[in-house]
Amino acid sequence: MNRTAKTLRSTIGAKALMAVTGVALLLFVLGHMVGNLQVFGGRDMLNKYAHTLQSLGPLLWVIRGALLAILLLHVWAALQVTRANRAARPVAYEHARQDLATSYAARTMLVSGVVVVLFLIYHVLHFTVGAVDFAGSYGGHADLDGTEVHDVYGMVIGGFKHLPTALIYVVANLILVMHIAHGAASLLQTLGFRSQANAGKVRAFGLGFGVLIGIGNLAMPLSIMFGMVGD
Amino acid sequence: MNLNLHVWRQSGPQDKGRMEQIQATGISADMSFLEMLDKVNEDLIAAGQEPIAFDHDCREGICGTCSLMINGVAHGPDGATTTCQLHMRSFQDGDAIYMEPWRARAFPVIRDLMVDRSSFDRIVEAGGYVSVNAGAAPDAHANLIPKAEADLAMDAAACIGCGACVASCPNGSAMLFVAAKIGHLAHLPQGQPERARRARAMVAQMDVEGFGACSNHFECEAVCPKEIPVRFIAEMNRDFLKASLCGQE
Repeated sequence: MNRTAKTLRSTIGAKALMAVTGVALLLFVLGHMVGNLQVFGGRDMLNKYAHTLQSLGPLLWVIRGALLAILLLHVWAALQVTRANRAARPVAYEHARQDLATSYAARTMLVSGVVVVLFLIYHVLHFTVGAVDFAGSYGGHADLDGTEVHDVYGMVIGGFKHLPTALIYVVANLILVMHIAHGAASLLQTLGFRSQANAGKVRAFGLGFGVLIGIGNLAMPLSIMFGMVGD
Repeated sequence: MNLNLHVWRQSGPQDKGRMEQIQATGISADMSFLEMLDKVNEDLIAAGQEPIAFDHDCREGICGTCSLMINGVAHGPDGATTTCQLHMRSFQDGDAIYMEPWRARAFPVIRDLMVDRSSFDRIVEAGGYVSVNAGAAPDAHANLIPKAEADLAMDAAACIGCGACVASCPNGSAMLFVAAKIGHLAHLPQGQPERARRARAMVAQMDVEGFGACSNHFECEAVCPKEIPVRFIAEMNRDFLKASLCGQE
């Protein structure tokens, strides 16, 4: 355990921790998107999916706890690395250092990461807790094969028909796409899977993963906003 | 050609330092960048002023002594070129040229444009070698090395330790340098016995020196005068993680 702790405190170890927790978070984001896309299958389909998740009981809380722990480790590693990076150049250049190779997404990882975390807090308070609900669509019930369940479908449709709410989701997801586009490719380099031969594929994988999440996650608020889905 | 130079002047490690404007006159387009500085220094000395202190040695692009951040790019605007091999034909008459030392906590400024890069030496001392018994030179074919591996080892061994990777990295990270020094031995059979210990020791020393971490911007690769690819950073990460987490000696 001591050996692992020592490794994680090194610059490469902290980056590896960020990469490994990043993989877990990417898998979650993908699963979350696929599950939610069931909104296009109609009220019963999405409500049934939501009801199944809520019926998991203690297991649901284990999953939530694990996700939170993974997220906190990801953020801790990011802060650790950022602190080391800032300290590494105490005197700045007078003439701005020119960027020759990096991308906008890579340079703004910290900012996009902070935005994603803030959005996550809002998202949980909105759709899970119902504490921040500008659209006023939380808390309805619906009938599912004779059982009364939470009307998640109605909540999502009502939420995204509210323009400011939908726009928050659209903007936040665009920033998430950027974070993923750099992160998904970057983690392969950090964990040592990138080479000269597969460099193009690694870049395409990051961009592709980001765009895939973007298409799926933006399809929901946009189609509902424009009245293409919902009753 | 005449140039408007903006040069970092700092009388010593304790001095705060400042940018100073110096007019360079009568510069030939065929001069190297360092010859241009020699000419400027001769003019400064003739005028009774302090010449600009800068690092240089071989002036052939192979020793890694020259440095200089030129208009925000390590070793200036030409790719795969050290400052000494950069020529004034890359600039126009009347250009403003900003010259600054490498900026990193682990590279303290000695004077003007000179920095102390002994942190690199300490990283190499930590494990960038192979322990062998000295004696008669072994037969050339005693160790068979596939051509592709030998080429990779040479690609990494091309590192001249100039520090441009650190200077150009947004994080002041030395990972391309350390990866090259680990990589050229990791691709040879002679480097295998101490491979795990070497990765751990050199990365640990890199952290002690206060270099930053890699955020995969790849600015280092873009300015490296020897075009060392960042694949060696991926390989170093793999070696370091394997050695550290599996407790290899």
